[in-house]
Amino acid sequence: MTIIKAQHLAVSYGHGETALKVVKDVSFEVQKGETFGLVGESGCGKSTILGALAGRNKQWTGSIEIDGETIGQKRTRTQLAKQQLVFQDPFGSIHPRHTIGRTLLEPLEIHGKDRRQERIEKVLTDVGLPLNFRYRYPHQLSGGQRQRVAIARALILEPKILLLDEPTSALDVSIQAEILNLLKDLREREKLTYILVSHDLAVVAHLCDRVAIMQSGGFVEIATRQQLLENTVQHPYTRVLMDGSRGYVATTRQGHSQLRSQSPVTV
Amino acid sequence: MANTSDTILTVENMSVEFPTLSGVTTAVRDVSFTVGREKVGIIGESGSGKSTTGRAIMRLQPPQAIVKANRMQFEDVDLMTASEEEMRSIRGRRIAMILQDPKYSLNPVMTVGEQISETVILHERVTQQEARNRTLAMLERVNIRDPERVFDLYPHEVSGGMGQRIMISMMLIAQPSLIIADEPTSALDVTVRQQVLSILDDLVVERNIGLIFISHDLNLVRSFCDRVIIMYAGRVVETIAAADLDQAQHPYTRGLLNALPSLDRPKDRLEVLRRDPAWLEN
Repeated sequence: MTIIKAQHLAVSYGHGETALKVVKDVSFEVQKGETFGLVGESGCGKSTILGALAGRNKQWTGSIEIDGETIGQKRTRTQLAKQQLVFQDPFGSIHPRHTIGRTLLEPLEIHGKDRRQERIEKVLTDVGLPLNFRYRYPHQLSGGQRQRVAIARALILEPKILLLDEPTSALDVSIQAEILNLLKDLREREKLTYILVSHDLAVVAHLCDRVAIMQSGGFVEIATRQQLLENTVQHPYTRVLMDGSRGYVATTRQGHSQLRSQSPVTV
Repeated sequence: MANTSDTILTVENMSVEFPTLSGVTTAVRDVSFTVGREKVGIIGESGSGKSTTGRAIMRLQPPQAIVKANRMQFEDVDLMTASEEEMRSIRGRRIAMILQDPKYSLNPVMTVGEQISETVILHERVTQQEARNRTLAMLERVNIRDPERVFDLYPHEVSGGMGQRIMISMMLIAQPSLIIADEPTSALDVTVRQQVLSILDDLVVERNIGLIFISHDLNLVRSFCDRVIIMYAGRVVETIAAADLDQAQHPYTRGLLNALPSLDRPKDRLEVLRRDPAWLEN
C-alpha cells in the first residue's frame, strides 16, 4: 500500500526574481512500513523535501498524497499529525528551559489530545527512558538520551510517518548504534513508515529499503538496499558517496582529477 | 635546526587535570605515545580527551588546566620547560594546528591572503612582497585555481572545502615538522573531504613530516592513517597499525568497530557498546 506519493514535487524559497528553486521536479512513492532514504551533499535539497512533506514549507508545486489523501498547501491538524519530524541536533531542537515532560506535553495541547499523562508515560517507555526523566531538563541528559526525547516527541501524536533528518549524525558511533536499533524496533512495533535523510550511505543501507541519491535538487538515481550492498549502483555519483562512507581512498594527483570529472558539475 | 631523527614528538605519561569546584577532573590520564614521520590517528568518542591531548602538546590548554608529564619532547625542545616566548616561536612555525570548522577558526575581518602571509611575516620576517608570493604559491599548492582572486576574499566568501584548504595552506606555509589536525574534515561533505585529505596526504609525504589526526570517524582514520591510538575516558586503551585495526584486542575498540554500520558487512542489529568499569582501572 502506498502511503506517500509525491509527483513532480518542486520546492522553492523566496519570492519574485530572487526566488530560488531548491527541489526541482522529483517524483517518488513510499510503501507503508518501508524506509525510504534521501542522501546527498549539503544544499542538495534533501531536508527541503522533508520540510515540504511535513508541512513546514508551503511553497511547493506538484502533488503530494499522504495516506490516501491529496494534501494541499493548507492542512488540518489531523493531516499534520500524520507525519512528525526528528531533527539532527538534539542540543538545539529541544527547549532548554522546559522539562522533558513539558516538551512532550506541548504537541498534546496543540492537538487537543486526552489522557495526557498516560500518553507521556507510554512514549517515554517506548523510547527506553525511565519515567522520572519527565522532571529533568535537557542539560541533565546526554546526547543519546536527548535524541530519544526528540523521537518521543515525534511519536507522541501517534503518527504513521516519521521524517528523520540526520537523526544520528551529531552522535558518537556507540550511541548511533543504540538509536539506529531503537528506530528499527519502533518501526516494527508501531508499524511506522520512515523517510530518512542522511549523508552517510552506511547508515542509510542499514535502515532503508530504497534510497534516492540527490544532487542539486534532483534525483540522480533511486537505488535499492540490495544494489548498495552488492555494489551494483548505476550512477557514478552514488559510487563516490559510497566510497566516502568507507573512508579515505588514496589517490594520486591523476586519480584526484578523475574523481572530479566523474562527479557531474554542480551548478 | 631540523632534527633528522625519526621521532618528532615523544610524550610520556602525560596527564591533564582541570580543578573544578567539585574536585579535580582528569581529562587525560597517563598518556604516552611517539610520533615519527607518519600519520598517527587519535580516535575516541566525545569527552575521551583526544582534543585536550592535541592542545596540551601545543600548550594551548586553558590557563586553569594542569599538565603533568614525565617527558614531552618535540625535536630539540622540551615542551615541559619551554618558556612562553619559545612556545610562540614553535606554534605555527614548527607545530601547526588545523581545526574542525574553517568558518570559526579563520579571522572574519581579515582577507584570506593577509591571514596566510601574516604567519610568514611574523615567523620569518620576510618582506610583504615575498610573503605575498609565497602565499600565492601555497594557495596554488592546495589546488586553489585562481589564487590571485582568492587572496583578496574574506572567509565568508569561500566555501567550506576551500576554507579548509586555506587553513591547510596557512599551516604549511611556515614549513612545520608536525601538524596536529583536530577533526579537519568533520564539517565537510564526502567528496570535498576526499580532496582535502588527498592534499594533506600529499603534503605530509612530500615534506616528510609528522601528522596527528584527531577524529571520531573509524573508517576515515583506518584508511587515512598509518597508526591509530584509541582513547577512552582520557586513557590510551590501545595503539595499533591502521591496517590491523580489524584485529584490535581491546573490548572497547572491538565494541566501536561492531557498532559501526557497514556497507560491506551488513547486519540486522548493531552491537551496542557495553562499557566495562575495568577499562578505567589501568
